[in-house]
Amino acid sequence: MEDTLGLIVSLAAATLRVATPLILAALAGMFSERSGVVDIGLEGKMLAAAFFSASTALVTGSAWLGLCAGVASAVALAMVHGLASITYNGNQMVSGLALNVLVAGLTPLLATVWFQQAGRTPTVPNGARFLPVSLPGAEAFGTVPLLGPLYRSVVSGHNVLVYLAIAAVPLAAWILFRTRFGLRLRAVGENPHALDTAGVNVAWMRYRALAIGGVLCGFAGTYLSIGQGAGFIQDMTAGRGFLALAALIFGKWLPVPTLLACFLFAFTDAVQVRLQGVPLPGIGVIPVQFIQAIPYVLTVLLLAGFVGKAVAPKAIGLPYVKSR
Amino acid sequence: MAAAGGPTDTLPRWASLALLPALNISAALLLSGLVVWLIGEDPVEAMVLLVQGAVGYPEAIGYTLYYATSYILTGLAVAIAFHAGLFNIGGEGQAYIAGLGVTLVALGLFGYPWWLVLPVAILAGALFGAAWAFLPGWLQAYRGSHVVVTTIMFNFIASSVMVWLLVEVLIAPGQQSPESRPFSPASVLPAMHTLFGAIGVKIGNSPLNLSLVVALLAALGFHIFIWHTRWGYEVRAVGHNETAAVYAGIPVKRTIVLAMALSGALAGLMPLNEVLGVQHRLLVNFTGGAGFVGIAVALMGRNHAVGIVLAAILFGALTQGGSELAFEKPAISRDMIVVIQGLIILFSGALENLFRAPLARLLRTA
Amino acid sequence: MASIATAPGPTPPAAIEAVGINKRFGPVQANRDVTLSVAKGTIHGIIGENGAGKSTLMSILYGYYQADSGTIRVNGREVRMADSAEALSHGVGMVHQHFMLVDTFTALENIVLGVEGGALLAAGLAAARTRLEALQRDYQLDVPLDTVVGDLPVGLRQRIEILKALFRGADILILDEPTGVLTPQEADHLFRILRSLKAEGKTVILITHKLREIMDVTDAVTVMRQGTVVAEVRTAETNREALAELMVGRKVATSHTRGAAAPGAAFLTVSDLAVRDDLGVERVKGISFTVRAGEIVGIAGVSGNGQSELLEALSGIRVPSRGTITLRGTTLTPAALDARRLREAKVAHVPEDRQRMGLITAFDADESAILGYHRSSAVSGAALLKRSTIVERCRDAMQRFDVRPSNPRLRTSLFSGGNQQKIVLAREIDQDPDVLLVGQPTRGVDIGAIEFIHRRLLALRDAGKAILLVSVELEEILALADRILVMFDGHLVGEMDRSAATERRLGLMMAGIAEEAA
Repeated sequence: MEDTLGLIVSLAAATLRVATPLILAALAGMFSERSGVVDIGLEGKMLAAAFFSASTALVTGSAWLGLCAGVASAVALAMVHGLASITYNGNQMVSGLALNVLVAGLTPLLATVWFQQAGRTPTVPNGARFLPVSLPGAEAFGTVPLLGPLYRSVVSGHNVLVYLAIAAVPLAAWILFRTRFGLRLRAVGENPHALDTAGVNVAWMRYRALAIGGVLCGFAGTYLSIGQGAGFIQDMTAGRGFLALAALIFGKWLPVPTLLACFLFAFTDAVQVRLQGVPLPGIGVIPVQFIQAIPYVLTVLLLAGFVGKAVAPKAIGLPYVKSR
Repeated sequence: MAAAGGPTDTLPRWASLALLPALNISAALLLSGLVVWLIGEDPVEAMVLLVQGAVGYPEAIGYTLYYATSYILTGLAVAIAFHAGLFNIGGEGQAYIAGLGVTLVALGLFGYPWWLVLPVAILAGALFGAAWAFLPGWLQAYRGSHVVVTTIMFNFIASSVMVWLLVEVLIAPGQQSPESRPFSPASVLPAMHTLFGAIGVKIGNSPLNLSLVVALLAALGFHIFIWHTRWGYEVRAVGHNETAAVYAGIPVKRTIVLAMALSGALAGLMPLNEVLGVQHRLLVNFTGGAGFVGIAVALMGRNHAVGIVLAAILFGALTQGGSELAFEKPAISRDMIVVIQGLIILFSGALENLFRAPLARLLRTA
Repeated sequence: MASIATAPGPTPPAAIEAVGINKRFGPVQANRDVTLSVAKGTIHGIIGENGAGKSTLMSILYGYYQADSGTIRVNGREVRMADSAEALSHGVGMVHQHFMLVDTFTALENIVLGVEGGALLAAGLAAARTRLEALQRDYQLDVPLDTVVGDLPVGLRQRIEILKALFRGADILILDEPTGVLTPQEADHLFRILRSLKAEGKTVILITHKLREIMDVTDAVTVMRQGTVVAEVRTAETNREALAELMVGRKVATSHTRGAAAPGAAFLTVSDLAVRDDLGVERVKGISFTVRAGEIVGIAGVSGNGQSELLEALSGIRVPSRGTITLRGTTLTPAALDARRLREAKVAHVPEDRQRMGLITAFDADESAILGYHRSSAVSGAALLKRSTIVERCRDAMQRFDVRPSNPRLRTSLFSGGNQQKIVLAREIDQDPDVLLVGQPTRGVDIGAIEFIHRRLLALRDAGKAILLVSVELEEILALADRILVMFDGHLVGEMDRSAATERRLGLMMAGIAEEAA
């Protein structure tokens, strides 16, 4: 009993930690794609933010300045994506990929030059990281059976970015469905002509959506390098941008279903870590490589099984060109 | 109603095929120079070192063409999918899995002469690569899963599978590093310097091998397929306008699967160069990003066989020159090549309209 | 605001005025030195053929495009219109030809889009609802405000567009081809709305190519041709014939000289055919008819009543959910209902939308000219296409069908609408089909090409072929068809000989009103 509870608590806490960057990136994708711009550059923006936040935190000793640098780098990349796909009507897939490749090269290059460590930053000291915070009463209630451990280790004990990610979901939903900005955002992704003829600037709407996506990717990347981790490592995003994209599609571009999809991916990941080296009854030890591939296989299966029913924003991927 | 006109249409063919790509590459290289300058090195000096390293002496040219061989194949792979309107970013995984096929053939036919191994290896590589691309293609056509996301996932899965195979199954007995046992020297592809030496022509020693010929033949085959066969016609029709393709009685779903399988098959020829031609064994991560370079090559070569060969040579030169540069100037690590690659994808692909309209205006007034 | 210019004078300033407007799209001069003046409180018609520059001019007045040169005055005061928001601020609103509505939004959300009245939606929506209810009462514009627009019929969507403009305080309302998707009866309702707008002092600009509408509802009319204004007259002082002549620039024959049909054997027989659309909604609901050799059967109807699905089923693009299709006495098996096999069975198809379906605009013309027949032995060997044959055949077809420029290696997108349509028509007719399915053969085609296309279709009929013509243009149906079927809501609701057909009779049927009731 005690063991089962311990397992549940640790799995739940791990799920939350793994889900955080996915949630932030998926919400970033939601703003971008709801505005009609496909964003496969989530990966690159996160990776850039991870690097620049770690570097800045190392140099300044401040996690918050690190966050600012991370956000700034991701927003800058988002603006390049905007330039290509909004202003110059370029192929949005190609643009996103270009940013991913660019960042994959630029970050280890700069890490090598700035820190003389091949493709990584030195370890970021705790003082320059976002450390887990203990919510009020976590210790006091910790002894209460059942709820105590849940509160102490699942609800409490994460860094501030985790809470921000969770809070971002209802906030995003509110913006999307209750505000003027959200109405226009949804309109520009469905029928940009409608918005243009209603006197709203299509390009400006899309740039703003991309900028919000950049901010969220900045948080996600920062979380990876100076929240969850303690430094930048080459390619540390490891496909999370694409998992987030899959979660977004699976969540039908809606905030809460997307959140649940992120939890599903994160839970799989948390379980996969647990499974490594553990013999399963009747199967034996599953090779670690197969276990690591589980989230990717799951993505393929989910997309194959369910995406047929998902309806993407109608104008997604299409450059807005005034028709005659 | 889409009327005639607009800047896209007014650019003459030569400008669109030669001048515009040149401008795009220049912009990418200029920005790369800026990066070099920012990390405290002299861009001009770097450029000189790079060019010298790429083409400055016979061996270097051999290396450049050796890299280009892989890029031609992965570039063609991306291009054939592009013609069908599909963005295959899974060339890396497809080539990786195809390495397994090539290795199985080379080990299975251990000791047989290379001219007997080569055709079987071509078949195996193409088949394994095609199989790994077939699934994303099928999922796109019949289940609506986006090929970009699935091919990326298949890259990760391929990587896991191959590491497992090399660590647990194919590893040479008594070996520590995860690699297969070496192939028979008789079965591997002869190097170009050996071939040319046999007919009395001396060229520099390099890893350049017979697979360059395979790559060039593949480019020729690609051109004929796309522009001169009815299947190529159908692939292009599907890529440009699916509704019209349905109207024309073209089986759209099958064509999508076909294009993806062919794309994978082309990527699957890449291990001929790296595995059968140079390393003579299967190594972890032998693809070294060639699948992604193929995307830049296809975009820069405008999905045309000649353009792809030229772009592949340029990228071969960048890779070779880049490693020499990294040797001379450790600050400019080989990651710089990836940066340039990203910039070229950006300028030749996503920002291709950046210079189009100004160029069209310039040519109209000139 | 404009106190100086609106000072009382002998004649009040025009509600809206355009002077010396020029606009060029690449090589096309869409507007050339256009001058227009619309008096306040009138309904002003703008008439001209496709491509005469009407829509471009209106888009400039609405701020959607910017003129290359020229000035615009509203109530006598010169204004700049950098975008549609600025046009709205001057009281100019537009009802577009292709509705600018977000299908997934409710009517209310669509109407407030852009003028939400605050950063938060709730309060703005409530206030808008009150105002809209008043507007609906004032102008007979009944619309369910909380229904998702994608579920509403086109007539209602148009009212939403009008409400949208009024809600923004438009005093000058521009309507671009508003009746293209309406039955004659629905159009009459629209005209009642327009007259009530006029009665309230609003100014209406009506763009159309239909002379009847001009004569029925406008006070004055401006005629455009090839990007220029060729006349501006009071409606009361002109007539249809004069306007038609001005529009085309020469005398037009009001009807074609054509022989009577000599129908022969049944070539195409359709029995109890039902077809579903992509969403699974039944759009053709069990219809039966026959087309005989040597006759043109026209299917009239407002677009969206199942005609597209019918054509798609007959050409093998869409699988019917029930019913049979019989070609020259042979009932086709389900496997034979396939685009490729139907072509082989000598069924040719000129689709309704040539750019979306009939051509591949990115291909060179010669490649577009084999679309669908690219597997035939004439142009393709076992694997390789016969490139030089393809070019030569295309060049030959271009000469016979008067396609200009007659360059097979030119990209398809660079041909005008009429020439693109001729490429499609040449391709299909050259296959020597038994049955020709034709959808909207002259949509977006200039008048010279219309005559040419009509002559070709009649010649094909006289050569003993069966032709099924689908068109939303009643004039076209009346000009070509020997027998007319009317389609409404997936059913055939009427059949008549051409001699018995009138626009009024057809119109009532198209609206789904049974003849007895009418």
